[in-house]
Amino acid sequence: MAMASEAPKDGFRLSMLIYDTRFRSFTIQVIVLLLVLMGIAWLVDNTVQNLAAKDKDINFGFLWNRAGYDIEQQLIPYTNDSTHGRAAIIGLLNTLVVAFWGCIFATVLGVFAGVLRLSKNWLVARLMTVYVEAFRNVPLLLWIIVVFVVTSETAPQPKDFKVTAEMVQTGAEPPAQKILFGTVAITNRGWNIPAPLVERPLGVVNVGSVPVNLTLLAVIAAIVGSVLVNRAILRRARRIQEETGDRPTTWWQSLLVLFAPTILLLLALGFHIEVPAFPTDETGVSKGFNFQGGILVMHSFSALLIALSLYTGAFIAEAVRGGVLAISRGQTEAAYALGLRPGRTMKLIILPQALRVIIPPLISQYLNLTKNTSLGIAVSYLDLRGTLGGITLNQTGRELECMLLMMLIYLTISLIISSLMNVFNSAVKLKER
Amino acid sequence: MKKSVFLGVVAATAMTAGFASAATLDDVKARGELLCGSNTGLTGFGAPDANGNWVGFDVSLCRAVAAAVLGDPAKVKFVPTTGETRFTALASGEVDLLVRNSTWTFSRDTDLKFDFVAVNYYDGQGFMVKKDLGVSSAKELDGATVCIQTGTTTELNLADFFKFNNIKYTPVTVQDDSEAQRQYLAGACDAYTTDASGLAASRATMADPENHIILPEIISKEPLGPVVRHGDNNWGDIVRWTYYALLIAEEKGITKANIEEVASSTTDPEVRRLLGLEGDAGVMMGLDNNWAKNAIAANGNYGEIFEANIGTSTPIGLARGLNALWTQGGLQYAPPLR
Repeated sequence: MAMASEAPKDGFRLSMLIYDTRFRSFTIQVIVLLLVLMGIAWLVDNTVQNLAAKDKDINFGFLWNRAGYDIEQQLIPYTNDSTHGRAAIIGLLNTLVVAFWGCIFATVLGVFAGVLRLSKNWLVARLMTVYVEAFRNVPLLLWIIVVFVVTSETAPQPKDFKVTAEMVQTGAEPPAQKILFGTVAITNRGWNIPAPLVERPLGVVNVGSVPVNLTLLAVIAAIVGSVLVNRAILRRARRIQEETGDRPTTWWQSLLVLFAPTILLLLALGFHIEVPAFPTDETGVSKGFNFQGGILVMHSFSALLIALSLYTGAFIAEAVRGGVLAISRGQTEAAYALGLRPGRTMKLIILPQALRVIIPPLISQYLNLTKNTSLGIAVSYLDLRGTLGGITLNQTGRELECMLLMMLIYLTISLIISSLMNVFNSAVKLKER
Repeated sequence: MKKSVFLGVVAATAMTAGFASAATLDDVKARGELLCGSNTGLTGFGAPDANGNWVGFDVSLCRAVAAAVLGDPAKVKFVPTTGETRFTALASGEVDLLVRNSTWTFSRDTDLKFDFVAVNYYDGQGFMVKKDLGVSSAKELDGATVCIQTGTTTELNLADFFKFNNIKYTPVTVQDDSEAQRQYLAGACDAYTTDASGLAASRATMADPENHIILPEIISKEPLGPVVRHGDNNWGDIVRWTYYALLIAEEKGITKANIEEVASSTTDPEVRRLLGLEGDAGVMMGLDNNWAKNAIAANGNYGEIFEANIGTSTPIGLARGLNALWTQGGLQYAPPLR
């Protein structure tokens, strides 16, 4: 040990940077770093020069100009008078809403399919194998288009739901009917679903340029409050049970606390459901081109969501299967020996341990799903790629700026997702003390 | 090592791309081929025929430019572009010339750094609906779903038109004409809007053209023309004057059939200058003096090209209207060639 730490005392020579193993690694690293930096600098310089040669500059000012185009699906208010920046935000929200629901559906689907693939039931296990292999091995783009074409081409046109003057006279029914007690209409344009409305809304407050619906906030607050109070009741019941051995009856208290406040609030607000319908004249003849009222969920959205969920679900199923198989057989046997049924064994013993193996691949599946939403362009879904990277790019001619901005936004979303998942991962991982 | 090779390749591509914009004429001559940005397939304007040869009104202009520059109308490579990709393709040097029914607007001329060198078709935006929809005016389209090609001026006009008339619509953005037709025919949208000429071309390819009507409203001015990049004025002049040569030919009655005969017998000084019998018009642009003769011989004069591709005798059946020569009450007017 003493020998190694005793460095030679003679002076430093330049050649030691190459021949001395203590310095060589630093030399190489510094040279590589310099080369990489030079490469980046050259690329940037080259871009600027070539843009200058084309008489262009890098300028993000267009984001504050009037966009001038319309977007069919908007989660926050937008008109063609809004700016390109707001159009990009509309697109971003459209991306996020697909990514959010896609991750949830894909996870539920993946966990079920992954567990069922290990089922002892031959048919169930084989069915899940077919699902996983079919979706994993066909390009996602094709699935998106298939789902879109199937949903949009098989459904009737909106005009098939219309009542004509002839039908009023003869008493005949229109060729297409709404389903689910006449509340939902599936047309080749989308799903017309009922909209929840209130008669006496609490109003809207603008935070910056984003309107916040106070009614919705109040309902959410009521639900969250109910759940918190319910947890307090259950905690109290558990405490009494631990002290006295008798568990007080809580089911009616829970029911009351969970549902009564929300229902009362909704009644006070005058809650009702608006069913999509064609406007009619006094004789009952339908007018107009589309259903009025309710919410229109475009097929582009539903097709993208369904295809993404099914596709990513297949990958998650494999991750789940791998995670379950990674748990020693002895755990299951021990659980059975304690008298636990297979379902509870899976839920209480196997899955919590398997999560440690499942979560790292799950993170990358979530990231994939989020980035794959940009394939929505194939079915004309106006997400971030469709607005900022599509129409805005084209109308303003700012290719480089739009692409840079889009890359930055996708990078940010991905980093946020992966950091959230890492927090979750460290919460479930094996605690070593 | 690999990294440096990669950087070298990047450097080389970037530098060639940098030079490419300098002198398009030299590039085209060196390549022996004109790269022409065209439609992905709009019957009558630019689409491959049954044998895979590109034909159409816009395509013929590309062929005329190729004939003027390279002496052979076949030396064109057509690069199909969508409404969304066309300007990027032109700006990046992927094509030398874009003739794809593109509308001349202020922002495209200035902000996008392009030059619209001429207007080969004066058009306006219209709406097509199915006859059984019972609509006779675009103003009755309140609440309708409208198919619209993305990345076009029509997208912006549509928004303006509905806003100005205080009526609502749902846009369905599609990538190109064929997708728009599919959605429109499937009933996914009530109306399809684009340039009136494009609507006529679409309708001509449908199985039941008689069941579709083009509404009377023309909601915008759409001057369509060939586009080149800013900064290469000589190349712009070549394209512009090739187009004007086709107009002058129509004005002077020079056709594909009689061009040789006219060349040998004419005494009209402007025709002599046009056909390279007098003066050095071609050489001034860096071309041969028989540039215009080649261009006209390729597909005939402007009127012949119009009639052969989109005129009243074709399924598309467009009348000359605004696109008649100025001598016949239209807007097509070539400056004097001298």
